[in-house]
Amino acid sequence: MDTLKVRDAADVGQVVRAALASEQPLEIIGHGTKRAIGQPMVTNALLDLSALNAVVAYEPNELIITVQAGAPMADVLSLIDSKNQQFAFEPVDTSALLGTPANRGTIGGMIGAGLAGPRRVKAGGVRDHLLGAHAVSGFGDSFKTGGRVVKNVTGYDLCKLLAGSWGTLAVMTEVTLKVMPRAESERTLVLRGLDDVTANTAMTAALGSPYDVSGAAHLPVSALHPAGGALADLGSPRQPLTLLRLEGITASANDRAASLAVALGRFGASDIVEDGVSAALWNSIRDVAPFAAHGALGAWPVWRILAPPASGGAFGQALARETGGDVIYDWGGGLIWAALPPSADARATLLRQRAAAIGGHATLIRAAEPLRRTVDVFHPLDGGVAALGERVRQSFDPKHILNRGRLARGFNA
Amino acid sequence: MTIMMPASDQAVLGRRDAIVAALRAIVPGEGVIDSAAEMLPYESDGLMAYRQPPMVVVLPDTTEQVSKVLRYCFDNGIKVVPRGSGTSLSGGALPLADAVLLGLGKFKRIREIDFDNRVVVTEPGVTNLAISQAVADAGFYYAPDPSSQIACSIGGNVAENSGGVHCLKYGMTTNNVLGCEIVLINGEILKVGGKACESAGYDLMGVITGSEGLLGVITEVTVRILQKPQTARALMVGFAQVEAAGECVARIIGAGIIPGGMEMMDRPAIHAAEAFVHAGYPLDVEALLIIELDGPGVEVDELITRVEAIAQGCGSTTCQISTSEQERLLFWAGRKAAFPAVGRISPDYLCMDGTIPRGALPEALARIRTLSEKYGLGVANVFHAGDGNLHPLILYDANKPGEMDRAEAFGADILRACVELGGVLTGEHGVGIEKRDLMPEMFSDIDLNQQQRLKCAFDAKGLLNPGKVFPTLHRCAELGRVHVHGGKLAFPDLPRF
Repeated sequence: MDTLKVRDAADVGQVVRAALASEQPLEIIGHGTKRAIGQPMVTNALLDLSALNAVVAYEPNELIITVQAGAPMADVLSLIDSKNQQFAFEPVDTSALLGTPANRGTIGGMIGAGLAGPRRVKAGGVRDHLLGAHAVSGFGDSFKTGGRVVKNVTGYDLCKLLAGSWGTLAVMTEVTLKVMPRAESERTLVLRGLDDVTANTAMTAALGSPYDVSGAAHLPVSALHPAGGALADLGSPRQPLTLLRLEGITASANDRAASLAVALGRFGASDIVEDGVSAALWNSIRDVAPFAAHGALGAWPVWRILAPPASGGAFGQALARETGGDVIYDWGGGLIWAALPPSADARATLLRQRAAAIGGHATLIRAAEPLRRTVDVFHPLDGGVAALGERVRQSFDPKHILNRGRLARGFNA
Repeated sequence: MTIMMPASDQAVLGRRDAIVAALRAIVPGEGVIDSAAEMLPYESDGLMAYRQPPMVVVLPDTTEQVSKVLRYCFDNGIKVVPRGSGTSLSGGALPLADAVLLGLGKFKRIREIDFDNRVVVTEPGVTNLAISQAVADAGFYYAPDPSSQIACSIGGNVAENSGGVHCLKYGMTTNNVLGCEIVLINGEILKVGGKACESAGYDLMGVITGSEGLLGVITEVTVRILQKPQTARALMVGFAQVEAAGECVARIIGAGIIPGGMEMMDRPAIHAAEAFVHAGYPLDVEALLIIELDGPGVEVDELITRVEAIAQGCGSTTCQISTSEQERLLFWAGRKAAFPAVGRISPDYLCMDGTIPRGALPEALARIRTLSEKYGLGVANVFHAGDGNLHPLILYDANKPGEMDRAEAFGADILRACVELGGVLTGEHGVGIEKRDLMPEMFSDIDLNQQQRLKCAFDAKGLLNPGKVFPTLHRCAELGRVHVHGGKLAFPDLPRF
């Protein structure tokens, strides 16, 4: 298969137009770290954006950064970190989960995947921080949407569609993202020994408190594998951990942590971990370290399940019991990562029925290719919404030239 | 009227009686209004310079009725203009002579309050403020707070992606809605999103929000609610130069502080507001900042000190810090009443709504001053300074021949300047008809075509709210055509591996 390494946005347009003319679908890649997510694609060539790697403009006082889509995550994160800023949505680094090389991945991939970390409960997701984009549609047209300011309602907000579209609508070439100040301090309140449902109740109370909680996660004992790093250390002796994060200026983080501990007194004694130790914990949760590809559960398929937050505990507990799998809760119960023992369909039917019943949905985020050929990786949508989504896709890419087959089965290689 | 609206369909107008009868069969009783006198309140929205009686007004009160009305219009090629409370400042709900005006005012019920999942499920006609009031006893509120929040509906907020004073810290409507029930023009009822943080599939909620009534009619919204901050205090800081105030805004953000709100007023706005509400604003300054910090007491106290020091470092000439809730509200009273206050000093005013990069504030103000001289019209400036959202109020007298046209030309030049300075045409009021013909200042034909293709995915006949947002309309068949250049193209000559 050809790899077409584009040099600039004009090249991208040319490649897409050529692909249209010759009806050769393209797989869009940056560093290629997330190629194993999605249905196996039906494509004839790789469109490689990794050379579009420039930082176009970084304006810390405007809280924005404009970069080319192939800009390496590691470089961009270290650049904004140098000004004490961050992407508030805490992008997930999927390398441990998928077993790809560390410190790889591009901004374009981050947006296309739309995977946000623990702070989503407070700061929103990738879609909330993408302010503008230049992209080449499946018509071969180079268009822009949005702008370089936060407050903007000029025209349809196509950025929302691009975030999390897995490269199926357009090839982004340049994007503007919102950056936010890094908090001065962080504190994590640690509760121990709660079962999943009780932990869910505690997280619900915390997120419904005025203490501005910026992370609410729960790890049952089974998820605390010896290889789990920071989490496993904290979970010793083996007890489930419920973690609640408070960030801000030091005096405020201390004050709120203390107040929250009192407010959650009925859930038992708690202790507090600070700053660096706390940050390591949340990075492990963000990157789903307990289910790492090199760890004990590396061979198990992993699901990413979205649920109404207050329903997460009961859902996950039942799922783990029934399947013998392990679960981790983030977003106060609204996000459940589940590693399930290998089976013919990765328990897709069961999971989808259960998730739909509570108003949730499930994505098979890690599975070997043969399994991804036979199971719907992304949650099948209801008829009307599925049809509308398909019309939306066609409004960007009528010939299905971009990442063909990644979102839905039904394409033959 | 200086803006061209789509030509009326004479065939539709000729069938008006039959259309009214058909609508009455769907929405019984007083839900269909067809007398000229009773349709009067629907002739315009918050952009009152523009008026147009609709063909007929329909006020359904169930989703099923909305679906049937839309299906009927779809089958019969009749245009539909949706309307919430009619507070749009960009003419988003301006009727068309040959269109059904579909009012959602009867959808006034909050369907569910779910504190555990921190959401409210509501009908679209509920006002923005009513949502906050419904959850206030439990200490919650709905964060986006457009200044029309007493009157504006949550459905309209979703259509316009409304902002408000506090969106610097808490986001706009789009950052605070999770799902909706939407009825497409063919009558199809869809549920998008829900109580989960993210929906499956493409983020349709994200693109429906801010679509200005062109994609569908919303019949239910699920919004996020938050716990109210424990305390809030405000600083009122005066500056002898606008530049110093702009610098102060930049340094506060640069110091990593995101205030709950950060507003700026210029001299004419300060004077008008002070004369109206007597908030104790200093009258000998060129710019006034109102900066609100919210959160736990210890945090607010600490940040107030930091902000005060930054302001002094920028050469502030006055600085008052609220010591009571009453005083904080007084600081805000003048800002919140700025529009009516300006209404007292001028027979008419035009409220503009561009956004610029924060750093360009002084430059934008200088340009507005120059334009004010050029057009011979006064201007008072009110900004959401924290996010660079300008609201210049252009003063004019509609009774003086030519003044309204001049005011509109002045406004258009301000928005052009916003785009030139790296900003956008509208920060929170929407494009509507007001900025429709300025869209090419910001977007190329290709950009706008892609947006219209999306419109085609929802409404291929172009029946929903035509004449808004897009300066030129194209047929969906034409937009959907893929142009393959010169037959088979080879991939360009690039490094291959």
